Amino acid sequence: MNDAITSARTRPAAGDNSARAFDVERIRADFPILRQRVHGQPLVYLDSAASAQKPRPVIEAMDRVYESAYANVHRGVHYMSQVATDAFEAGREKVARFLNAASSDEIVFTRNATEAFNLMASSFTRAFLKPGDEVLISALEHHANIVPWQLAREQFGIVLKVAPIDDDGNFLLDEFEARLGARTRLVSLTHVSNALGTIVPVAEVVRRAHARDIPVLVDGCQATPHMAVDVRALDVDFYVFTGHKVYGPTGVGVLYGRRELLAEMPPYQGGGEMIASVSYEKTTFKAPPHRFEAGTPPIAEVVGLGAAIDYVSDIGLEHIAAHEAGLRAYAEERLSAVPGLHIVGRARDKAGIISFVMDNAHPHDIGTIIDRAGVAVRTGHHCAEPLMHRLGLTATARASLGLYNTRGDIDALARALHAVAEIFG
Amino acid sequence: MLDDLRDLYQEVILDHGRNPRNLRRPAEANRHARGHNPMCGDSLVVHLTLDPGGIIRDVAFEGKGCAISVASASLMTEVLKGKTRDQATALFRRFHELCTSDEEDDGSSDEAGAVDPDDLDRLRVLSGVRAFPMRVKCATLAWHTMAAAMNGEEEVSTE
Ligand SMILES: Cc1ncc(COP(=O)(O)O)c(C=O)c1O
Repeated sequence: MNDAITSARTRPAAGDNSARAFDVERIRADFPILRQRVHGQPLVYLDSAASAQKPRPVIEAMDRVYESAYANVHRGVHYMSQVATDAFEAGREKVARFLNAASSDEIVFTRNATEAFNLMASSFTRAFLKPGDEVLISALEHHANIVPWQLAREQFGIVLKVAPIDDDGNFLLDEFEARLGARTRLVSLTHVSNALGTIVPVAEVVRRAHARDIPVLVDGCQATPHMAVDVRALDVDFYVFTGHKVYGPTGVGVLYGRRELLAEMPPYQGGGEMIASVSYEKTTFKAPPHRFEAGTPPIAEVVGLGAAIDYVSDIGLEHIAAHEAGLRAYAEERLSAVPGLHIVGRARDKAGIISFVMDNAHPHDIGTIIDRAGVAVRTGHHCAEPLMHRLGLTATARASLGLYNTRGDIDALARALHAVAEIFG
Repeated sequence: MLDDLRDLYQEVILDHGRNPRNLRRPAEANRHARGHNPMCGDSLVVHLTLDPGGIIRDVAFEGKGCAISVASASLMTEVLKGKTRDQATALFRRFHELCTSDEEDDGSSDEAGAVDPDDLDRLRVLSGVRAFPMRVKCATLAWHTMAAAMNGEEEVSTE
């Protein structure tokens, strides 16, 4: 990686310490939506794991595209097309640096993380799996990393296996390793559980899988907003994330793939943009990443994602992680004091996600009541129904942290939950 | 507590939510349907005992869910016993309206005597969901499921 970039990402401010470098009030001022009131109360947004709010630089970067640098990309010889193409491809470069990929040719843009998994379940499966070959996922997965493989199972006759967790939500490395078999062709698992916050030891997973020459695909949707991710240090083969959870826009997702693996994979969708030449008899396809980007891509969204990456990188993901870790500890302490409340997911290593249930109040009722106090949390199965069943639950309430959250937000949540406990007794 | 929350979580609802009536599976029940709320993953099963004349001799349910869906199911079982199919359908229609619209209809399109005003009054405790559009499906899940059971369907989803 380019030295200037490395130093820009990790540059410590003079006399740096995270308390001073990380000024949450200044950060909050960058997020216009945080000034909104909900039911007459200040918005307390604790649902960033579902989708994060957007800072002004992201909003403005997208406005600028439409106001001064917009045309279709990779198509015109005219000036605006060149400007838009440059801005779009600069977004790809930013994503490559964000993940520390070896090359921006390893960055494929999709519509969201879900589409990236569908791409993999189609293109990777067709390139590398035969009927009876296995894909190993974990018990922590979001539906986006389950259902596409089930569709591939129907279509291509592959086998889907699941590595277990313990009752606290810890990923079990040895149990996982025991399920790597002669027919395992891919490990596909989450970096951070969206429902419980568990951090999976991805580097060790990769080490054990690679010892058997099995490639690894990682769902980074809940990791990229909270920690620095280096795909080469982790040695992963594929890495997926979604723009809207890293403070970027909706409509853009990312699939990182090792160049030599992407090169072997057939297209996912056909159309414009992805072809080298077309005749009725035979069409040849472009090299990756364009081979996997059929049709007009999300142009302004890629630029917006680039601005979001700049934004979190300037603050420093290590500072964001430290801020959220402090808040999570505070939240777990405050929430544990609410009568009848139980935190779900007690893994040793967790990101800023706190799932919980209450003895006499259903998560839906909790969500409705605290919403009236302006507090937004997610309630339900979090698109992880098999995980909920594993834990003997149908739903939880989930507070998830973003870089703009404060102790005041946690206090508001705790106050509202005490009111729930009073109503339901 | 705020007024609209107090309207939603009235004592009657909390009571039915905590101690649901007719939470059982009658051996003689002859119509069953499962209703599913995809938003929260909750589901419940309604058991109907319909006699040959089309009268609901018994109605019960099983399942878990939020206070609103359980209380609504519980109240439903209390008002439906002894009703004809047509009366049950008419009551569902009026109940649905009570949960969704500020202007309740006056029942002029119902057949005379189809809906007993006392039954509607008992169900009115649930009208607080009007202020919570995301929760209307919770209140109507049991009723949709009951209607499916009457029609001989076995699965219904609120989406
Ligand atoms: C862990 C995880 N994977 C995948 C997804 C899917 O993301 P998207 O809906 O943007 O495709 C989400 C978010 O809902 C998630 O939390």
